[in-house]
Amino acid sequence: MSLLAYGDTGWGDELFFATLMTVAVALTALSNGFLFAAIFASFKLSNNKLLNLIGSFYTTVFRGVPELLVIYLLFFGGSGAVMYIAKIFGYNGYIEVNAFLTGAISIGIISGAYSTEVFRGAIQSIHVGQFEASKVLGLKKKIYYYKIIIPQMLRLALPNISNVWQITLKDTSLISVTGLVEIMRQSYIAAGYTRDPLFFYSFAAVLYLFLTFLSMQLFNKLEKKYSRGF
Amino acid sequence: MDLMIESLPRLISATLLTIQLTLLSLFFGIFVGAFFAILRLSKNKIFYLISYYYSYIFRGTPLLVQIFIIYFGLGQVEWIRNSLLWVVLKEPYSCAILAFTLNTGAYSSEIFRSAFETINKGILEAAKGLGLSKINTFLRIKLPIAIKQSLPAYGNEMILMLKGTSLASTVTLLDLTGVAKHIISTTFRPIEVFIVAGGIYLLMTFIIHNFIKFLEKRYNY
Repeated sequence: MSLLAYGDTGWGDELFFATLMTVAVALTALSNGFLFAAIFASFKLSNNKLLNLIGSFYTTVFRGVPELLVIYLLFFGGSGAVMYIAKIFGYNGYIEVNAFLTGAISIGIISGAYSTEVFRGAIQSIHVGQFEASKVLGLKKKIYYYKIIIPQMLRLALPNISNVWQITLKDTSLISVTGLVEIMRQSYIAAGYTRDPLFFYSFAAVLYLFLTFLSMQLFNKLEKKYSRGF
Repeated sequence: MDLMIESLPRLISATLLTIQLTLLSLFFGIFVGAFFAILRLSKNKIFYLISYYYSYIFRGTPLLVQIFIIYFGLGQVEWIRNSLLWVVLKEPYSCAILAFTLNTGAYSSEIFRSAFETINKGILEAAKGLGLSKINTFLRIKLPIAIKQSLPAYGNEMILMLKGTSLASTVTLLDLTGVAKHIISTTFRPIEVFIVAGGIYLLMTFIIHNFIKFLEKRYNY
């Protein structure tokens, strides 16, 4: 237990901040994912064949390719792309892209592919009558989307968003390969330092279980709140 | 383009390891999943709790943690190193398969359980009414229905497992992702390698997807 002491003698404070980092990356990735999902779900639902194709391409590729491969692509490709742009402006030095950003974007792209399907499914399961009624009432497209369709959609999507969140949270462990100090990376450092990998990796598992447990409770509460009257 | 053609043979031979890992883990995982699904459905409270917590823990933690505990963690325990288990646990290959099997077993047990739970009671009553023995009811009625029910979800699980095997590269195995990473880090041309390796993965998911679709059609009645 002394291994987990708070302060210089133990790894308690390091692991605590690493847990915060995991939550921060996961939240950023999830919201990035929502952004992608909003774009690509509307692509998939549009009547334009080309946009449909782009939407399907996105979800197929990023749900079919391992997360680790996507992370490597952005980790090695990200700094290359930034350096290429910097070269145009006359800067020739080495630029390393922030590990947090790499992680949040790569996991965000993957999480977005899952969210796209969730959003699309939720919008499609809203009754056609709702769309027709809004049209008959003469509501503007923007207003009926924001006030009528999206609130209903979110309620329907909530259970699946909870799933996407769990996947995203667990995927953040893979960012440790880029050196970002989140739970996995911190456990790796501590395990190497103390030569006690069993303890630290098991403790990492406990931390993840704690996070998934907490979020499950939260989502259950939200689901209850938003299914009032149904 | 040159790099894509150049790296193709190496990536394809690495794909064999990925396929091997996927198939072996899925094969063992079916038995583990079925075993825990039966425990979960039993009336014994202890069996139920064991199965519940098994699936809760393995589904609630990242696969990476599970591999690291098995590969790095268990080797630290003295009595494991002196026991027969060490034959399995000292190799990264068997450690990876063990971790994948336990992981996919947890997900599969949930899939199988819910498949058995959704079997219509009327069908079972009809079987009883016809005087079918318990074994016959299980083999000829419950099992076919459960297989059909679990196919779509199990297909997804197969694809997740295929993607999951990429983590074998973190314990020094040179699977498709491992080799791809190696090529990327030596050539610094991630896009080309990503296209080839990602293409191979997509081809495999496509095959699994269609295989499941084919099975679904066959089991449809």
